[in-house]
Amino acid sequence: MSQLDELEEQSVYIFREAYKHFKQLCMLWSIGKDSTVLLWLARKAFFGHVPFPLVHIDTSYKVPSMIAYRDRLAREWGLQMIVGQNRQALAEGMSHERGRLTCCRALKTEALRHTLDGSWPRLRMGADGRYHEDPEVALPAAPGREASFGREAFTGVIVGARADEEGSRSKERYFSPRDHNSDWDIADQPPELWNQFKTDFAPGTHVRIHPLLDWTEVNIWEYIERERVPIIDLYFDDGTGHRYRSLGCETCTGKIESTATTTEEILVELRATKVPERAGRAQDQEDTYAMEKLRREGYM
Amino acid sequence: MRQTMQIVIVGHVDHGKSTLVGRLLADTGVLGEGKLDKVMATCQRQGKQFEYAFLLDALEAEQDQGITIDAARVFFRTDKRDYIIIDAPGHIEFLKNMVTGAARAEAAVLIIDAKEGVRENSRRHGYLLSMLGIRQVAVVVNKMDLVGYDRGVFDRIVAEYRTFLEGVGIRPHCFIPISAREGDLVAGPSAAMPWYDGPDVLAAVDAFGKAPSGADLPLRMPVQDVYKWNARGDDRRIVAGRVEAGRLAVGDRVLFSPSNKTSTIASLEVFAAEPPREVEAGRSAGVTLTEQIFVGRGEIMSHLREGPEVGTRLRANVFWLGKLPLEPGRAYKLKLGTSQTEVRVEEVVRVLDASELESSVTKKRVDRHDVAELVLRTRAPIAFDPSERVEATGRFVIVDGYDIAGGGIVRALVPDEQQQLRLESRIRDIEWVRGDITAERRARALGHPASMVMLTGEAGVGKHAVARALERRLVDEGVHAYLLDGKNVVLGVDADIELDDREGLVRRFGEVAHLFLDAGLVVVSTTNVIGLADHHTLQTLVAPFEVLVVHVGPAGTEGEEADVRLDPSLVSGLGAGPGSGLGSGAEPVEAVERIMEVLAQRSRLRSH
Repeated sequence: MSQLDELEEQSVYIFREAYKHFKQLCMLWSIGKDSTVLLWLARKAFFGHVPFPLVHIDTSYKVPSMIAYRDRLAREWGLQMIVGQNRQALAEGMSHERGRLTCCRALKTEALRHTLDGSWPRLRMGADGRYHEDPEVALPAAPGREASFGREAFTGVIVGARADEEGSRSKERYFSPRDHNSDWDIADQPPELWNQFKTDFAPGTHVRIHPLLDWTEVNIWEYIERERVPIIDLYFDDGTGHRYRSLGCETCTGKIESTATTTEEILVELRATKVPERAGRAQDQEDTYAMEKLRREGYM
Repeated sequence: MRQTMQIVIVGHVDHGKSTLVGRLLADTGVLGEGKLDKVMATCQRQGKQFEYAFLLDALEAEQDQGITIDAARVFFRTDKRDYIIIDAPGHIEFLKNMVTGAARAEAAVLIIDAKEGVRENSRRHGYLLSMLGIRQVAVVVNKMDLVGYDRGVFDRIVAEYRTFLEGVGIRPHCFIPISAREGDLVAGPSAAMPWYDGPDVLAAVDAFGKAPSGADLPLRMPVQDVYKWNARGDDRRIVAGRVEAGRLAVGDRVLFSPSNKTSTIASLEVFAAEPPREVEAGRSAGVTLTEQIFVGRGEIMSHLREGPEVGTRLRANVFWLGKLPLEPGRAYKLKLGTSQTEVRVEEVVRVLDASELESSVTKKRVDRHDVAELVLRTRAPIAFDPSERVEATGRFVIVDGYDIAGGGIVRALVPDEQQQLRLESRIRDIEWVRGDITAERRARALGHPASMVMLTGEAGVGKHAVARALERRLVDEGVHAYLLDGKNVVLGVDADIELDDREGLVRRFGEVAHLFLDAGLVVVSTTNVIGLADHHTLQTLVAPFEVLVVHVGPAGTEGEEADVRLDPSLVSGLGAGPGSGLGSGAEPVEAVERIMEVLAQRSRLRSH
């Protein structure tokens, strides 16, 4: 088996374990290359189906074509889309001008936490292909929870984090528990032996699941190339000799100089570069431990 | 296509694991641009002297304490292949992280400080590598600069450690004297140690081979899940799992263990690719079957005559990471392959102090960080292999509460009382001549699956009356029920054997029940001929048909394991006993209702 085959098989195995063990399961889809590969792997694992909702956190500062691409694929592939947003912070004018980490915390970390636990309103794509408010429903009693009325909280969240992205991600587990505040206790992580993962968890906690942990940026592009994964065109030269290498908010993500217009050309470029992938992401440069701090609080 | 290999670096705390990995990164030029400068600048700002280890110990807490807390993954490449290096912590507090890191690896580098020599975790890690199944090991003796690059020091450590490792079944590929800090023999020769003519670390790592794929072993595919989407025009019923060993092809006759169900592979299913005719070890597969049998997660699919062991008792080596000790008497969860079963420690054979390799046969519990040899007993039979035969289905973890608290490997099956019968019934099930009607089709036609309700209890407590009333109630509800009284089997089928041939009586009763179950009926059984203890035997004989055990007897008596316990007061006043007539108005209504309720809950009264 080739390296890509091995990576694919491991990811598929993790997906199937996650689906079997978590009733309230969702997957984060940032529209970027990693989580789009993740989405493709889900379809491999479930023979063309994606049997759980995809959650997108819309900071409102995303490149507009990302939203159009998201909704087009969602309709074509029959995906169950859920979109969350920190509506209050945006109404109060939150933006990177108040400090990049402050902005990330409010529009990503906070929005994500409350979208996942169902405590904030969120949008859900209906059968008509349009977004509607996700209605509150009667939730039966469960261990650690009384019967109530609200939006279902997700207890298993599939995420496209890769170990090679930056230091703190290299310590993640495939199945990584978070407490009720979404906090990550790095010093006391569960053991993971062979293919036995942590699938038992106390009420009120949730688990993040990382099928892409062993993939590198180059692997992602090799796989996109091999499988013809339909990736958003922002990764290719826009005609001015620039392209995105990593996607985020328009306000905080820089383009790189590149004339790559195909996945082959991107691969040639990547194999030669020594510049880290997230060099264009301004929030990482604010503090040496920026990413670790954000991730401990629940950032992806 | 380039190859990838996962390698773990282990050893005692402060013997220089992270420094070695940092050095490998720096010397092979795979660091991202600016990373070295960034870490150096951070050190300067914090007033610390730069160390290569800082390149890895990226987490804040680790840099503060200068020790590795968790296994970090580092990506690195040589001309030969790509590597994922797992830098495992050496501190005893973080042993579970070390084990996590090492369990993913195909080969290991064990590191020893030349000045400190072989220490507690040098031994412990060596022993754990052996249990985790890592066969390829290189040993590096680090910090040679601190002992004046003295050959004598190196030779003494090699002699001591080689003896230890061979004692736990590891034969190292090589021993290398290095200085990670100075760069001696990491990725190039060393002028300071002309007396050494072996490979440097990089060459030793490149010399490791890929582990064999396991395709030549007997087929093992633990069932992960069964999918039937009924969506977007897809009505396939796909049995999904990873082929952990052997090969699987369309047309193969397959056996599922422990249920003993058999079928034939109709197709291999894939998404967005050409379906293959065959898949082999390492591949995730999805298959459809020609006969629609009911199988679920936890079973192991194999070829007909090369099935795994099935039993309830296993001799195993276990390492324990739990905060509470592992001890007999408590219930834990055993996860092996995709199965989950309640398990107890039946016997602690011996406990090893992994650091000294001294064993205690008197210690009767397994403390955190101990390694032990145990006999485990599962509540229900499970399928597995000795790890020497098939590694993937021969290792397991033990869950205590919500946490994985230990891991281990199966050495051998320990026969229980049922072993012979279990083997007999497996052969019976494989050889069974079937008509064209599958159990699922029969269940649909009859409106419910076949199952058994077994009433147990002392003679005279009224179980016969309950059985009769239950049969009537079931038939009234349209269920095809049949009351099988042990006496009737004794009168006919057992006419040629002695009544004290207990084993023979139980076996025949079980085989008769099995025939009725195969015919699709709900068998209500009651008998005074065989005792409660024999009901385990009956369950073995009729497996995988579901058995509901209903025990009539006062609380606190035997029958603790029963699915339903009925207090004799519920059936009292009936003057019941085999053959006794029911007095008018003396119906055990409540008893029957309780049983019906449980049967309904467990979907035994309606086909699924």
